[in-house]
Amino acid sequence: MTKTEYAITATGLIKSFGSNHVLQGIDLKIKRGTMFALLGPNGAGKTTTVKILSTLLKADAGTVTIEGLDVCDDADKVRSIIGLTGQSAAVDELLTGRENLVMMGRLYRLTKDSAKARAQELLEDFDLVKAAERPVKTYSGGMRRRLDLAVSLIATPPIIFLDEPTTGLDPRSRLAMWAIINNLKARGTTILLTTQYLEEADQLADRIIVIDGGKVIAEGTASELKSKVGKDRLELNFNDKKSLQAAKVALGSAVVDSNEVEYSVTTVINETNSDVKQALESLSNAQINLKSLSVHQPTLDDVFLTLTGKQKAVETTGEEE
Amino acid sequence: MAVELVFDKRPKWLLNLNDGLIMIARSARHIVRNTDQLAGTFFQPIMFLVLFATVFGGAISQALPEGTTYLEFLMAGIIIQTVAFGSTTTAIAVCNDLQKGIMDRFRSLPMSNLAVLTGHVISDLFRNGLSTAVMVVTGLVIGFRTSASVLDWLAIIGLIALFTLTFSWVAAIMGVLAKSVEGVQWLSFILVFPLTFASTAFVPEEGMNRGLRLFAANQPITHVIEAVRALILGTPIGNHGWLAVIWCVGILIVAVPLASILFKRRSTQ
Repeated sequence: MTKTEYAITATGLIKSFGSNHVLQGIDLKIKRGTMFALLGPNGAGKTTTVKILSTLLKADAGTVTIEGLDVCDDADKVRSIIGLTGQSAAVDELLTGRENLVMMGRLYRLTKDSAKARAQELLEDFDLVKAAERPVKTYSGGMRRRLDLAVSLIATPPIIFLDEPTTGLDPRSRLAMWAIINNLKARGTTILLTTQYLEEADQLADRIIVIDGGKVIAEGTASELKSKVGKDRLELNFNDKKSLQAAKVALGSAVVDSNEVEYSVTTVINETNSDVKQALESLSNAQINLKSLSVHQPTLDDVFLTLTGKQKAVETTGEEE
Repeated sequence: MAVELVFDKRPKWLLNLNDGLIMIARSARHIVRNTDQLAGTFFQPIMFLVLFATVFGGAISQALPEGTTYLEFLMAGIIIQTVAFGSTTTAIAVCNDLQKGIMDRFRSLPMSNLAVLTGHVISDLFRNGLSTAVMVVTGLVIGFRTSASVLDWLAIIGLIALFTLTFSWVAAIMGVLAKSVEGVQWLSFILVFPLTFASTAFVPEEGMNRGLRLFAANQPITHVIEAVRALILGTPIGNHGWLAVIWCVGILIVAVPLASILFKRRSTQ
């Protein structure tokens, strides 16, 4: 087995459920030790992809290798190096948090002592010590997710699949989950995360692929994806119509949009430092008073809406040039 | 990471066996913690036994052979009926697992997936053993007496255990096939009700019409009941003993692999 720099590779994944063509040729490569986000709306095929990568589902066509192992031929070996946290918390409601951890540890083929010691460590890491002896059915949503993630880490697998780990969590629990996930990444774990939150992919992932309708529609880093949609924009606000008109003259062709009601103009900036400085100098030379200014980067929401074609009043001013 | 992980390096078949034990422990905990169900395990047999014995006792005892009380006659039937109905819980447990995310978890582990079914089936054996014990004690309290020897009792326990195991595997199949817990209840109702009532569980076959009698006399549950009954009453066991064993083993030979195949197929959907 030759080790490449990729922990996970998938080529040409196709999967249909009856006439529902869920995946129509997904390719992805995930470098070892990086976090990769699979971004897409509901029904895009995220969960199906994760299920195929984690041996739960067989693809109709295409191949998947995890650390050089084929997911179909070497399913058990693959299972011993992956951890999966699915959408619905996969923990036993009637068992306590500790019992869940120890049981799953044993099923991962850890020895009894090792499973117990590791369970204690995870309970501490995930702030679940106080609840350790309570049945899981008494846990809150956030606690359940934490336990669920802890369970998938019981044998410290080098590869983790997180299927929408923060869906349905309140903002505080979400931040706590993000911290945990970042911590995992810092330890060198390869992570594949699915999410429908653009902010989450932006915050956590090194690389993002956007899928929709079972196809990859874009791939890259967060900033690469953003630059596909448009450049940064500078918005300048003025006190009155007179200043606005003067500013339009002073800035000339740099202006791509203006708002006569709010007395604002928008310019595209290619290089933040020099372009902003130049705009301000032009205004200063023309003795125009500025009320406020702001720099807007396209958000991943813009990216997403542009790429999936589900336009929702997205401003594409930058593209009109 | 502070804790050093030590993996169990025993041979694979032993680890698979160990998975089964772990899952049995899990299901056993479910049984103890599911207090509503546990209450049913205790009170249902008491209720059934007392009600049947007192309500039907007077009317049916005239149809029984000289010297046999209805309670003595009923004991075998009601134990088997309770076990048969009790197997529904296996079906529900299997169905529950399949519907929840925990099944995906189990399947993503390097464990034996069949252990999930084994766990439910075997722990059901304990629960039904408990039910049966409660029933026998209740019987003794309300006047049940038997001439069965220790050896007879061992044979009785063996037969009941074999029957429970058989029925639980059939129930596991129902649990796999059903789409919901409500579905499980209907499936088992349709299977268990006719099989237990169209048998000699509560009445001797002599009073039934010909068609019913033909069915009742030859279906597996009747053989199990008649064998247990003969051991309790000290009457000749006839062909019922070995027929009961053959039926159970035969059903097991079909049901275990079938349940496994269906389970595997269902859980990969």
